[in-house]
Amino acid sequence: MSEHIRLKRGLDIPLAGAAPAKIAETVVPDLVAIKPTDFKALVPKLAVKEGDAVKAGDALFVDKMRPQVRFCSPCSGVVQTVVRGEKRKLLAVVVKADGQNDSVKYDAVDCSKLDKQAMTAVLQERGLWPMIKQRPYGIVANPEDAPKSIFVSAMNTAPLAPDADFIMDGQFNYLQEGVNALARLTKGGVHFSLAASKEAGSAMHDLKGVIFHTFDGPHPAGNVGVQINHISPINKGEVVWTVDLVSLAAIGRCLATGTYDMSRLVAVTGPAAEPVYVKGVQGMAIAAVGKYAKGENVRYVSGDVLTGCNVGADGYLGFFDNQVTLLEEGDYYETLGWIKPFRLKKFSFSRLYWSWLANKKKTYALDTNVNGGERAFVVSDVYGKVLPMDIYPVYLLKACLAKDIEKMENLGIYEVIPEDLALCEFVCPSKIEIQKILSDGIDLMLKEMA
Amino acid sequence: MSALRNTLDKMKPTFSKGGKLSALGSFFDAMETFFFVPKTVTRRGTHIKDSVDLKRTMMTVIIALMPVFLFSIYNIGYQMNLAYGYGWGFWMIVWRGFLKILPLYLVSYIVGLFFECMFAQIKGEEVNEGYFVTGFLIPLIMPVNIPLWMLALAVAFAVVIGKEVFGGTGMNIWNPALLARAFLFFSYPKMMSGDAVWVAHKAGVDAVSCATPLSEVASGNLHYSALDMFIGLIPGSVGETSTLCILLGAILLLWTGVASWKVMLSCVAGGLLIGLLGDVPAYYQLIMGGFAFGCVFMATDPVTSAQTETGKWIYGFLVGAFAVTLRLFNPGYPEGMMLSILLMNTFAPLIDHLVVNANVRKRLRRAKTV
Repeated sequence: MSEHIRLKRGLDIPLAGAAPAKIAETVVPDLVAIKPTDFKALVPKLAVKEGDAVKAGDALFVDKMRPQVRFCSPCSGVVQTVVRGEKRKLLAVVVKADGQNDSVKYDAVDCSKLDKQAMTAVLQERGLWPMIKQRPYGIVANPEDAPKSIFVSAMNTAPLAPDADFIMDGQFNYLQEGVNALARLTKGGVHFSLAASKEAGSAMHDLKGVIFHTFDGPHPAGNVGVQINHISPINKGEVVWTVDLVSLAAIGRCLATGTYDMSRLVAVTGPAAEPVYVKGVQGMAIAAVGKYAKGENVRYVSGDVLTGCNVGADGYLGFFDNQVTLLEEGDYYETLGWIKPFRLKKFSFSRLYWSWLANKKKTYALDTNVNGGERAFVVSDVYGKVLPMDIYPVYLLKACLAKDIEKMENLGIYEVIPEDLALCEFVCPSKIEIQKILSDGIDLMLKEMA
Repeated sequence: MSALRNTLDKMKPTFSKGGKLSALGSFFDAMETFFFVPKTVTRRGTHIKDSVDLKRTMMTVIIALMPVFLFSIYNIGYQMNLAYGYGWGFWMIVWRGFLKILPLYLVSYIVGLFFECMFAQIKGEEVNEGYFVTGFLIPLIMPVNIPLWMLALAVAFAVVIGKEVFGGTGMNIWNPALLARAFLFFSYPKMMSGDAVWVAHKAGVDAVSCATPLSEVASGNLHYSALDMFIGLIPGSVGETSTLCILLGAILLLWTGVASWKVMLSCVAGGLLIGLLGDVPAYYQLIMGGFAFGCVFMATDPVTSAQTETGKWIYGFLVGAFAVTLRLFNPGYPEGMMLSILLMNTFAPLIDHLVVNANVRKRLRRAKTV
């Protein structure tokens, strides 16, 4: 009944600090923040001012181009600060939580009775629309588009990623409700990908109204972009939408219960962490889990090590994130490190270190050192080995650097967003900032195609 | 080492922007990063990075060249001994060989790194470690008795015209080391001509020229055995003679994955296939002249070879096939490896273009059928 796709190319980075499947506590953050910078190419328009009282589900800002797309506060409280950067760019809206968790109340909805337009209106009204992403480009979906289909990946293969089945425990009904809602938005169906290894035992196996696929293989097999590439690749002019699992449950919960509840299980992971799961909330202050950090010089990453954002100890969890990764900063010199024959604590995808011969279960406490200097593209065969897509990454990146729109189109810019090429960046011996190049390329496409 | 670290930290401001010696900044930076892995941390993108960098990659190639290098020191002394009948012992042979090869390396590295640092400084980039390998390769593909000024000229040509004008390591079209040899080959053909090589000589005595196996095959009377040519105690360019030592290097390169096995395998296949048409057994083509050296260390250069995996098969095969074709059917040049690799370097972008275009066409077709 489901299509099975086995991917060989890729890499599971054996990073130390995976969280054991046990919830340590429920953290009640003092502050939460929603950041427009979590959304590519979004131009936000502020909807509150400092000192305003908000409930969970009240809009903090809206999309300037489409004011009906609302970005809401995940908890009740008072707007404490509006953080602005250069040229008054809106960076974050910080809410001081009152601990009441008072939500805007909506009626329960029967999705099956709604058509696309009505469904869209409901999702927009409740501030759930920003959770739907559009491919190409990885931006907030345009409600006017008719997406070819909608994709959900129920597997996360990123380093130390939270376990999908564990974090969705008890959320099955909400997932089903979310799927029902998404099904109203497209004629192409909702594609749902499960990890082949866990498919049989997974409760999600019983979801109705989805097209199942199973995937097997190392990271990035769990990336929805890679899955789309194998299920039904995006062609020029086509649009598909994607929703991540946590957001899908949140959408379903809001439709079923009528409350805007953005709580989620957050995995605190990484070599510089006391790894745990905590029950937290979208956008919560990282300080709430600060006590799980080990060591002096720690980097706080919201998300995983490949695509996450360095938010600092006083930062906030990203809109889509349910993982915090804590890493030791690598700002030290190492004498003749590049030529040392052993360096057994170092991990490399290449066979120039010994890690490829080491026990496959061995984990490494990697830090943030670049391990070299930036160079031009030299080694040509390494990128393809970690990208299980029918794409020539170096040629696509060079087209991005050359700002050659036609080449970018021809080489597959519509099929990838930076997270899909994150592993290429990790393994790159020339230390090239691949995600940045691709992101700039996508910005150029957005500008030229508008 | 902490004393060195402290000294470097103290010197750093002098060489940094605005310092007195900022014109030597890139040289200082090259020295500093040689001794210490820099403490830079990731800023955006992935927060952790693979431990491998280009320095280690390049260094692996040099380690792979070590057997060839050591053997060639011995062989230079050995050939001198043979030509003049000195009756030297083992260590004397090594010592004389070493004295011969040392100036070549000094010239290669001093001239090459001078231009590398100069261009890095002008462009405001870090000195690229690509020249580690290029500088090590150049003396190995030169005749032993090349005048040093000629070598210096060839190195300057290879670095400036062969590489830096294209934008430096990673952007060059032709293998810089081979370009140095090609430069001399066309500018000073007498020195480099294919039918004889110079065997190292004592100052004051006329040089002795010895026929190489290749020129003997060309003239129809090969008197070296396959084993001689495989072991390599025969006249030839500095590093090309011992197929055995080259094989040791090849094993390391393949084991570490630094060189592409696809290029090597298809290059050997191409050489053998065309070799079937020759008078000598086809496998002779692999152990004579520069075939093995070119196949293992030159054709596999990741920058100038084809970059796509499919392209590598085609590229390697054509390198081998053309090299042997030139040997067999062109009376003007007994050796064809250098020209063959340079020719295929030129065509590698075209091969890649065709391979990538197939991917593009597939994408366009997919869009149409939907």
